[in-house]
Amino acid sequence: MLTKRIIPCLDIKNGRTVKGVNFVDLRDAGDPVELAQIYSEAGADELVFLDISATEERRKTLANLVLNVAEKVNIPFTVGGGISSIEDVDILLQNGADKVSVNSSAVKNPQLINDLAGKFGSQCITVAIDAKQIDGEWIVHLVGGKVPTELNLFDWAKEVEERGAGEILFTSMDHDGTKDGFANEALNRLSTTLTIPIIASGGAGNIQHFVDTFRDGQSDAALAASVFHFKEIEIKALKQELRNNDILVRL
Amino acid sequence: MKIVIVNYGAGNIQSIKFAIQRLGYEAVLSDDPEEIKNADKVIFPGVGEASSAMKKLKNSGLDMLIPKLKQPVLGICLGMQLMCNYTEEGDTKGLGIFDVNVVRFNHGVKVPQIGWNQIEGLDSPLFEGVTQNEYIYLVHSFYAPITKDTIATSTYGLQYTTALHKDNFYGTQFHPEKSSLTGERILRNFLEI
Repeated sequence: MLTKRIIPCLDIKNGRTVKGVNFVDLRDAGDPVELAQIYSEAGADELVFLDISATEERRKTLANLVLNVAEKVNIPFTVGGGISSIEDVDILLQNGADKVSVNSSAVKNPQLINDLAGKFGSQCITVAIDAKQIDGEWIVHLVGGKVPTELNLFDWAKEVEERGAGEILFTSMDHDGTKDGFANEALNRLSTTLTIPIIASGGAGNIQHFVDTFRDGQSDAALAASVFHFKEIEIKALKQELRNNDILVRL
Repeated sequence: MKIVIVNYGAGNIQSIKFAIQRLGYEAVLSDDPEEIKNADKVIFPGVGEASSAMKKLKNSGLDMLIPKLKQPVLGICLGMQLMCNYTEEGDTKGLGIFDVNVVRFNHGVKVPQIGWNQIEGLDSPLFEGVTQNEYIYLVHSFYAPITKDTIATSTYGLQYTTALHKDNFYGTQFHPEKSSLTGERILRNFLEI
């Protein structure tokens, strides 16, 4: 049977790993390639690299990083951050990325999803959606959660699926950095109304939160950063506890 | 040993090259019929959409070459699917090596299937040293039903084929290059056939 996935996320700036707390304060948590290897050996199912650099060399730096990761790591990984064209995706896939994730560029130009899925196949196109609740309604946000759009989370998620995305990475800006658990109500609604896999992101603080998001949120995968980077949760212990709760995992 | 990865512009082949490198072998990427013909082992990868991948194969004449190869050939993911008779994806005629038609998942499951599933019913030297129910990484929307050439199955809404073998041709729906130590073992087994 297909197992639930545990995905450490590595935020990358100028080739180094950082983690934003509520997307504002950044702390250095090491060398990405080394960290990727450690996570792979620790039992991570997949990795996400999110590039937040804003330099002119970012494209080249990221392609190099992808190549270095692909050389050393024997589990799949996704690369996101600033991807806005077929050329961007082509370079990353050619250097060894398994999937790419697009976020703001898809909101600004939804046709990009169709174009990418058509050219590279849905299976390697993840659409990342950041959202938070405004007056009780889930609203999609851009630029790391700073800029609200007109889009409703569930409408946008449906559109993204129809345009050919292979999966959705949903980050709740209300939960991110709180360590208070995932946005399971919204996740459950996404997971039961859409037919593509949903990755939960934002809010992981303890092992029970992962149990909850797989059970109550019906998430297909759960992504977290700092709880793994600062060793607050060991992946092996996490997966053992998930299994104890009758949640299917790879151990 | 000369290992060639067929390079016809279909997706992530760098990872396969690196996986082979980690096993202590070297592989070259090539679309040159002579070089492919003269290899000891041929890997036929594929990520993406079936009809456009098939078009690329035809443009380079590789659709005629691959079924005639005599050395061990391993098709991976879409590579495996293209070695079958037909795939529903893009209404595409395949290479006809495996006598089975590839169809879309349609059993109340999420599509694509993305992640780690288990392989069972292992019946091939390809799986030497691999125990039943080990985990492999898959990402796909279409699958080959169980057929006489099936040498491994997985369950996703229904039981289906995750590996095929006929004569010198092998195919895996999963990605050995992304399936951690289990995948490395399977890839090594293929290279040492």
